[in-house]
Amino acid sequence: MIEIKDYFRPKTLEEAYEKLLSVEGAEIIGSGAFMRLSSRKINLAIDLQDVGLNYVKLENDEIKIGGATPLGYVERSEIIKNAFNGKLSEVFQLIWSVQLRNVATIGGTIFPRLGFSDLITALLALNTDIVLFNNGRMPLEVFLEERIRKDILVEIIIKNENRKFSFQNIRNSFYDFSILNAAVSVDKDNNYRIAIGARPAVAKLAINAMNYLKENNNIEEAAKIAAQEMDYGTNIKGSKEYREMIAPVLVKRGLEEVIK
Amino acid sequence: MKIKMTINNVLKEVEVSPSEFLLDVLRRLDYMSVKKGCDTGTCGVCTVLMDGKPVLSCSVLAASADGHKITTIEGLRDDPEFKAISQALLDEGADQCGFCSPGLILNVYAMKRDLKNPTEEEMKKYLVGNLCRCTGYMPQMRAIKKYFEVRS
Ligand SMILES: Cc1cc2nc3c(=O)[nH]c(=O)nc-3n(C[C@H](O)[C@H](O)[C@H](O)COP(=O)(O)OP(=O)(O)OC[C@H]3O[C@@H](n4cnc5c(N)ncnc54)[C@H](O)[C@@H]3O)c2cc1C
Ligand code: FES
Ligand code: FES
Repeated sequence: MIEIKDYFRPKTLEEAYEKLLSVEGAEIIGSGAFMRLSSRKINLAIDLQDVGLNYVKLENDEIKIGGATPLGYVERSEIIKNAFNGKLSEVFQLIWSVQLRNVATIGGTIFPRLGFSDLITALLALNTDIVLFNNGRMPLEVFLEERIRKDILVEIIIKNENRKFSFQNIRNSFYDFSILNAAVSVDKDNNYRIAIGARPAVAKLAINAMNYLKENNNIEEAAKIAAQEMDYGTNIKGSKEYREMIAPVLVKRGLEEVIK
Repeated sequence: MKIKMTINNVLKEVEVSPSEFLLDVLRRLDYMSVKKGCDTGTCGVCTVLMDGKPVLSCSVLAASADGHKITTIEGLRDDPEFKAISQALLDEGADQCGFCSPGLILNVYAMKRDLKNPTEEEMKKYLVGNLCRCTGYMPQMRAIKKYFEVRS
């Protein structure tokens, strides 16, 4: 059960951040969809719906998505449908149900660094930065390693470059969490990005494999290297051993798709 | 705390606690078509339209619905689309216990506006979050496909 003492809907980010720091036990909420599944006491829930963080826009060569934008709005945006051959929009459609996506927000998806997240894996394989109110702009991979707790996710910025992109995942049914997921992309200068997530830990870049592909073009070997540089675990969805075995297969499928 | 919601086109002022979710508030106000199944965002029986978009009322904090428009099946009573969808489900025998029907009907209602000429695959993707424990999905799909064919 989640217990919320007080609710506050600020008009500006400054107000939101001030309350987040000054009230002990204050938390930002998206819709509360995920938060409610845990047992927590929150003294002040800060709802960002009125601070103007609900947008998807294209500026120069960057796609900017506001931190309080529901996933469903992003998925339906023409900008996202047109980006990366429509493949990013398809990743959104994998996330649970239409009804959940209409409320669950980008901020609530990325800030908690959820291990099972499909979106984090996908965004990591594209060039994505995140903008925090206090800690500023940083690459997503840096944010995932940092231990930032009290801050507000203001925006995510995806480099809108000519990248071929593929998202692969294994799940027991379409309506389920990924047992393992992998995302791969390559630009016209052969710079690859490879991420593996739901291991069940939060997604990570396969740096060794990305470096290997700078000099070599054996994708079978690259997939093996990527799979080997990750750690895996067991949870209710699958065992460590199973994940280890399917990881190179997913990466290889992704590489095959972007090379085509 | 007091919030204002326009429920089925009627402006209501409601006293809610900051911990309450929209589902419980709606049922408290006697909108009994809104069902409680899993209470964790999985089954879809609590679906309502918020500003015209289908959402899980069990997963929306009531306070965050302040200032928004909520539509339940009760609000669609005289809507021809609602009648056509429910008639199609009845005709195909897709309503054994009917517990899932309000959520399903609202999502089909929204799908009709969101998707133009969807394939069966696209319909299934859109409705993936509406679980049914007894009728099964074959009669539902038959009904929904017929409804789309007649209406397109
Ligand atoms: C039933 C269910 C199934 C799901 N299935 C999938 C799936 O298959 N694949 C997948 O990738 N994801 C899945 N998710 C996760 C989902 O996509 C969202 O990540 C999640 O629901 C968060 O939604 P929310 O915006 O309501 O966040 P909340 O629940 O409100 O918040 C979650 C956390 O994020 C923090 N937060 C929210 N916004 C901000 C912000 N702007 N800045 C800083 N912190 C913030 C909150 O403090 C809180 O700790 C699922 C979630 C649920 C509930
Ligand atoms: S009761 Fe809301 S999804 Fe099941
Ligand atoms: S008809 Fe009984 S749950 Fe669907």
